[in-house]
Amino acid sequence: MSSVPRRSDLHSICLIGSGPIVIGQACEFDYAGCQALKVLREDGFRTIVVNSNPATIMTDPGFADATYLEPLDVEGVTSVLERERPDALLPTLGGQTALNLAVQLAEAGVLDELGVELIGAPVDVIRRAEDRELFREVVRSVGLQVPESRIVTSPDELAGVSVPAVVRPAFTLGGHGGGFATTPEELRAQVECGLRESPIGQVLVEESVRGWDEFELEVIRDRADNVVVVCSIENLDPMGVHTGDSVTVAPQMTLADEEYQELRDAAAAVIRAVGVETGGSNIQFARSRDTGELRVIEMNPRVSRSSALASKATGYPIAKVAAKLAVGYTLDEIPNDLTGTTPASFEPTLDYVVVKFPRFAFEKFPGADTALGTQMKSVGEAMGIGRTFREAFWKARAGLEGEPHFAPEGLHPWFQRELAELEPPAGPLAFRRVDSCAAEVEARSNYFYSTAGERDEAPPTGSAPRVVILGSGPNRIGQGIEFDYCCVHAAQSFRALGYEAVMVNCNPETVSTDYDTSDRLYFEPLVEEHVLAVLEREQPEGVVIQFGGQTPLKLARAIEEAGFKFMGTPFAAVDLAEDREAFAQLLARLGVRVPEWGIAVTEAEAIAVARGIGYPVLARPSYVLGGRAMRVCYEEADVGAALAEAVGPVLLDRFVDQAVELDVDALCDGEETWVAAIMQHVEEAGVHSGDSSCVLPPVSLSAVRSQEAAEAVRLIAPALGVIGLVNVQLAVAEDGVYVLEANPRASRTVPFASKAIGVNLVDAACRLAAGARLSDLDLPGGQSPGHVSVKAAVFPFGRFPGSDPVLGPEMRSTGEVMATAADFPTAFAKAERAAGRPLPVSGAAFLSVRDADKRAIVSVARTLARLGFELLATSGTARELAAAGIAVGHVEKGAAIVDRIRTRRCDLVINTPQGSGARGDGYRIREAALTARIPCITTLSGAAAAVQAIADARQEGALSLQERLSA
Amino acid sequence: MTGFLVLEDGSVFAGESVGAEGHAFGEAVFTTSMTGYQEVVTDPSFAEQIVCFTAPMVGNYGVAPARSESPRPHTRAVLMREARGPAWTDWLCEHGIVALTGIDTRSLVLALREGGAMRAIAVAGDSPVEEALEAVRAQPEMTGRALVSGVSAREPYVYAEEGDVRVAVVDYGCKRSILRRLAAAGAQLTVYPHDVDADTLVGHDGVVLSNGPGDPEPLRDEQATVAALLGRVPVLGICLGHQLLALATGHGTYKLPFGHRGANHPVLDRASGRVLVTSQNHGFAVEPSEAEEATHVSLYDGTVEGLAFPGERARSVQFHPEAAPGPHDARPLISDFVDELRAAA
Repeated sequence: MSSVPRRSDLHSICLIGSGPIVIGQACEFDYAGCQALKVLREDGFRTIVVNSNPATIMTDPGFADATYLEPLDVEGVTSVLERERPDALLPTLGGQTALNLAVQLAEAGVLDELGVELIGAPVDVIRRAEDRELFREVVRSVGLQVPESRIVTSPDELAGVSVPAVVRPAFTLGGHGGGFATTPEELRAQVECGLRESPIGQVLVEESVRGWDEFELEVIRDRADNVVVVCSIENLDPMGVHTGDSVTVAPQMTLADEEYQELRDAAAAVIRAVGVETGGSNIQFARSRDTGELRVIEMNPRVSRSSALASKATGYPIAKVAAKLAVGYTLDEIPNDLTGTTPASFEPTLDYVVVKFPRFAFEKFPGADTALGTQMKSVGEAMGIGRTFREAFWKARAGLEGEPHFAPEGLHPWFQRELAELEPPAGPLAFRRVDSCAAEVEARSNYFYSTAGERDEAPPTGSAPRVVILGSGPNRIGQGIEFDYCCVHAAQSFRALGYEAVMVNCNPETVSTDYDTSDRLYFEPLVEEHVLAVLEREQPEGVVIQFGGQTPLKLARAIEEAGFKFMGTPFAAVDLAEDREAFAQLLARLGVRVPEWGIAVTEAEAIAVARGIGYPVLARPSYVLGGRAMRVCYEEADVGAALAEAVGPVLLDRFVDQAVELDVDALCDGEETWVAAIMQHVEEAGVHSGDSSCVLPPVSLSAVRSQEAAEAVRLIAPALGVIGLVNVQLAVAEDGVYVLEANPRASRTVPFASKAIGVNLVDAACRLAAGARLSDLDLPGGQSPGHVSVKAAVFPFGRFPGSDPVLGPEMRSTGEVMATAADFPTAFAKAERAAGRPLPVSGAAFLSVRDADKRAIVSVARTLARLGFELLATSGTARELAAAGIAVGHVEKGAAIVDRIRTRRCDLVINTPQGSGARGDGYRIREAALTARIPCITTLSGAAAAVQAIADARQEGALSLQERLSA
Repeated sequence: MTGFLVLEDGSVFAGESVGAEGHAFGEAVFTTSMTGYQEVVTDPSFAEQIVCFTAPMVGNYGVAPARSESPRPHTRAVLMREARGPAWTDWLCEHGIVALTGIDTRSLVLALREGGAMRAIAVAGDSPVEEALEAVRAQPEMTGRALVSGVSAREPYVYAEEGDVRVAVVDYGCKRSILRRLAAAGAQLTVYPHDVDADTLVGHDGVVLSNGPGDPEPLRDEQATVAALLGRVPVLGICLGHQLLALATGHGTYKLPFGHRGANHPVLDRASGRVLVTSQNHGFAVEPSEAEEATHVSLYDGTVEGLAFPGERARSVQFHPEAAPGPHDARPLISDFVDELRAAA
């Protein structure tokens, strides 16, 4: 053992996050980053974080010494490194984003120039793991195999390629044009098809291992060459379905010891050969069920989604250990948190089974292919822990809160037999500990799961009052990391207030399900039976439901009926806000305007109501989050379609057309209200608030209207009985302010607003819930920070070819970024960069807008022309621009413009859709832009903001959150 | 058919029988290995024991003759949270092993961890608990029990005829995997009964002292034989063989409260600073020692996991380099031993 446990030559370390939540990169990297920051700070390092995602806990001002909400591109990170001059950069905890950035920074010479050492994974290690050719060589060098593959540019190059094989065309959206071939004839046909689809006429032909069993091992290695395997994971969906989309189980269930040890040996050999010296890796294997042959599929030389799952499955904190290894500790020097007495070199052993279910959002992307394949499509996951596979499977599925998408081909016979015996767990629920050691070592672990029909273990003791915080379950569109952020802060705040904070959640990616976050963690599905069992056991002073989005609210009635109380806002307020009739009456009494509305059950009723209100109308079912089945109806046919999609009564509101929408977050103590943040949507009304960019403070809102909006909120919050946070959405039309809806709970904008104004809104809400008054909280007076913050959404359209990439009332974004600057154009441009859509500064812009937007597009076009852009437009738009005296090139609709976009001879696309459900030229243009990664703006106000940003954005250096807030 | 387990402290664990009928006495112990149930049950070191698997599901991948560590099962009974069949449970029935499923194994493990390994009875069928408990308390304790004669080979036999190094294995209850690893390393192998004399053994290039069941302390003759080998022939001890070498060289052994049984125990190799993740199965251990010859130490409880006497060309490890079940980290200890014999020959 070394006498100097960690490297003494390092003092400051910069950690790169993973940016906005996208499919394939979600909360797990916030979890990893938080763990790493925690141990690095405990060890006395100065920590610097770069991440553009405001909804992360890791970007909270208290988590690092310097926090930069900057775009995760070379420019953004370089500006931070230049400013901070850290000794080292740790890129292994921020997903593929951070790893790729590390390589780019190294290749650009930035790291050398600034004298920043890459720790965790040096560039040559990253290359050996990520470069297909290098990886193949490394794997072969230790006597293992990868699936054979070959790059082909002609069907005549297929000699010697064996079938079955997979064909993957280069650079097509979602692997479009690829496929599977079982005969040489099929292979030739498939290659011809792929070559036609690939814009560069290139396909990869790979030995198919479809149908082989798929396993993953989570491996850790230290600088003394010690290797431990933290966890094995088996995929129920065999090879061919991305592991992120597979139902998975840990530990592996079907391999005998000698078979499992073969995988273990292979994993150790690969991590050594690739050369990961200080950290964790995820290694994936395909194994033929018939012959036992192995193929090494891939290796991630970093913390991954699977390692988050493995951490939660075993209680072994991989990210924390990886961070300690990166600064020079060895595995025998790091204690195991859960036992306190054993070292991190003790491999976890499980006396339970863990199953993970993916959650999909196909309903949001009509037209998209729902078949699962090698590209990940799921947006979230739920994990279940049980004492048998079947119990764990049952619990994971229950935790999904929705229909599973699980019908694997070629399921292993063992799983077939188990699933045939699937039945609900019987008997009263008892709780058991997760301790990483199957009870061999005494552990004071605070991590529990339920099982039916056993003895209960370690019931809570102690006299501190308890709160039980209900989390938000699996990520989904409309309910994601923002709510986890809120739950984590709630736990911290209640602990600081002297409570024991107890967390219930089933999402393995999250910080909330880190056992470090709360006094006790119950990894349970957020369904009535399981939540009530936790409450019975804990007997809390109050249940906290206002931070987990819609999920806890759905349980509120059952919780209240079981005799438990809520902390803060009573359930009656939620009920009142959701009951449209009662809510409208309340607003009328308060003198606050709402758009005209009506409620209908049948189509005939709906059409009558819509006619009475006047078109356009907004139709939506009650209890809606993320805009499910919400649509703007311009005519009777649209109303009919909306009714057909909805279950139960439908609300019809006058659609306040051409309005500016506002999101307001406020705190209320039951009497007084503090308006924390007024955020203006960039896109016009009709685009879901979760998908619209927004700006704080509202840049184009008059002081009068702003005051009116704040006043409405101040009336509504106490009238509803809010004690804590409330979010109100308003529309500002020419004739005044309308209230669209009020949600007496934490909203999706809380993390963004908290960071923009420098007030921890969740903490304030918790203190109110615990009995404080607003006047006790020492909140800042006016709300005008000296800077402008913009939030922008990111979309998964690229994963769903066939679905139209336009913005509308149905929320479809998976995540968000934040950028702050001295002015709006600069902040907006930076936010677009952070969202991966950097705005062009020159080149060609293609404009094609619907008739209603033709007049308004003129000023946008004029600005672009002034900036030197070459303008292209289709006939209608071109005529309008020409009439206004703007030089514009005319392009035909159809193949010509689509081809131009595909080949990237165009730098900006502004295309507003004509009507709804358009499947024609507009769709093909938008899809081409998406494939070619050309910014494509689908709303007029979005275009105006973008052009303003192109014209007026300035260069502005990076500034840390801490500096900004103390300024 | 219902069944139950009674521990000597009177606690009762209800289950359901999936093995042979009847009852079995033994010392209740647990293993935390997640794979390798067949290897465990056929490991002679489990003689006179009732083994509880902490792995929640046992039997998933059936049985295969090649996985047996000896010709027959040695555990007296098997306790599982959930047995999966039918291959595994049929095999248990065929071999006459009492096996209970539906046992609250975690509660049982907590009881054994707190109270130590205990005498117990596993009953398949109906039987008065009080009678069973009385019978349990009449059974001998594991401490002081010499069990190797019950599991050792009766006569010497040749295991591997080919090989450029002649190795003698003293069978105190030897796992087949030890023989397989030695043969794979190129050793010609002869296996001897536990009471073989030192003079027979020194005629070989090296001697391996195998694993085995029970308390090493009463094995006076075996200790004397080991002492007589030192300095005359290179020795490698494994598990019980390690304990015998320890006793023969003045170290003490003692009964662990509930043993080390599993496939995840980290052991520090003091010379290299490396950590081996090891397969373990022992109820007795060598007392912690700072002595120079203590080459390996348990990172779990500080017990001596390895000894080396370079002058005498003798060494031993408490853990199982042959694995089966468990990680292969320590396998090179066996091949290195054979290589060194070859180099010295």
